[in-house]
Amino acid sequence: MSNLTDFLQSTPYFNNLAGKNELEGIGRYVLEKKAEKGDLIVAEGEHPTALYFVVSGAIKLFKTSPEGKEQIFGIVYGGGTFNDVAVFDGGRNPVSAQAMVASTLYSIRKSDIEIIIKEHPGVAVNVGKVLAGQVRQLGGLVEDLSFKNVMARVAKILIENSGDGYGRQHRLTQQDMAAMAGTAREVVGRSLKSLEDDGVIKIERHRIIIKDIDVLRDIAGANV
Amino acid sequence: MAIEMPKIDHDKCDCCGLCVEVCRCGALVLVNGVVTIIESKLCGWCLQCEIICPRDAISCPYEIVVEKR
Repeated sequence: MSNLTDFLQSTPYFNNLAGKNELEGIGRYVLEKKAEKGDLIVAEGEHPTALYFVVSGAIKLFKTSPEGKEQIFGIVYGGGTFNDVAVFDGGRNPVSAQAMVASTLYSIRKSDIEIIIKEHPGVAVNVGKVLAGQVRQLGGLVEDLSFKNVMARVAKILIENSGDGYGRQHRLTQQDMAAMAGTAREVVGRSLKSLEDDGVIKIERHRIIIKDIDVLRDIAGANV
Repeated sequence: MAIEMPKIDHDKCDCCGLCVEVCRCGALVLVNGVVTIIESKLCGWCLQCEIICPRDAISCPYEIVVEKR
């Protein structure tokens, strides 16, 4: 098999298609795209034109708030896909996608995806699996955002892991804080930005300075 | 005085080079195929190298301090 058909078979959309002919048939609809670092592949709010597969590199999925703040929803590496939801539900692109490094992509036009599903019904089952997986992942994020007071937990973590700047207290990454708070790194990043916007903390390069410990204790509430 | 820089766990790093490509200040380089960190005042702790690493091999840890009143 060719590199293209091998790649297609490695993706969750086409991994149940064993036939070389089937994969080669789908390969006819695939377009290759090279993206340079920083290239915007998909813009939030626009109508979708294609489903993208990342062959190599890394693609950042993000939203930008009206104030210009960026919220990263995920990074897609080789073998992953993006723009799935908008292609299948017909709505606008829910997030933007940008190449973090030089990347190679395969794309299949939205109209061609519909043809492929009609020609290869097995693909429809896989579409369901892929989208169900995304729903499950987003459900976890919704739970984080709606039921857990992540801000309070982050405040508690900051208080409990703070020092006077002279000792060698251990240091924490955002991923460490996320694991401690039982949430995603992206949610911790947003909590820290929010605390900084409120003047409670200040982030100076590798240092988080607690500007107002009393307010931070109030935010942590019963957690401290 | 040494400049605080991101940390690499070479046991986890598979030298894919994504961090080197994403680094805006040139503080990460491949030397003989091994990701190496060069001290740089230009490193602004943007976290891009930590975020992009698929193997969690790079960390940008924060020191947390309480401001003196």
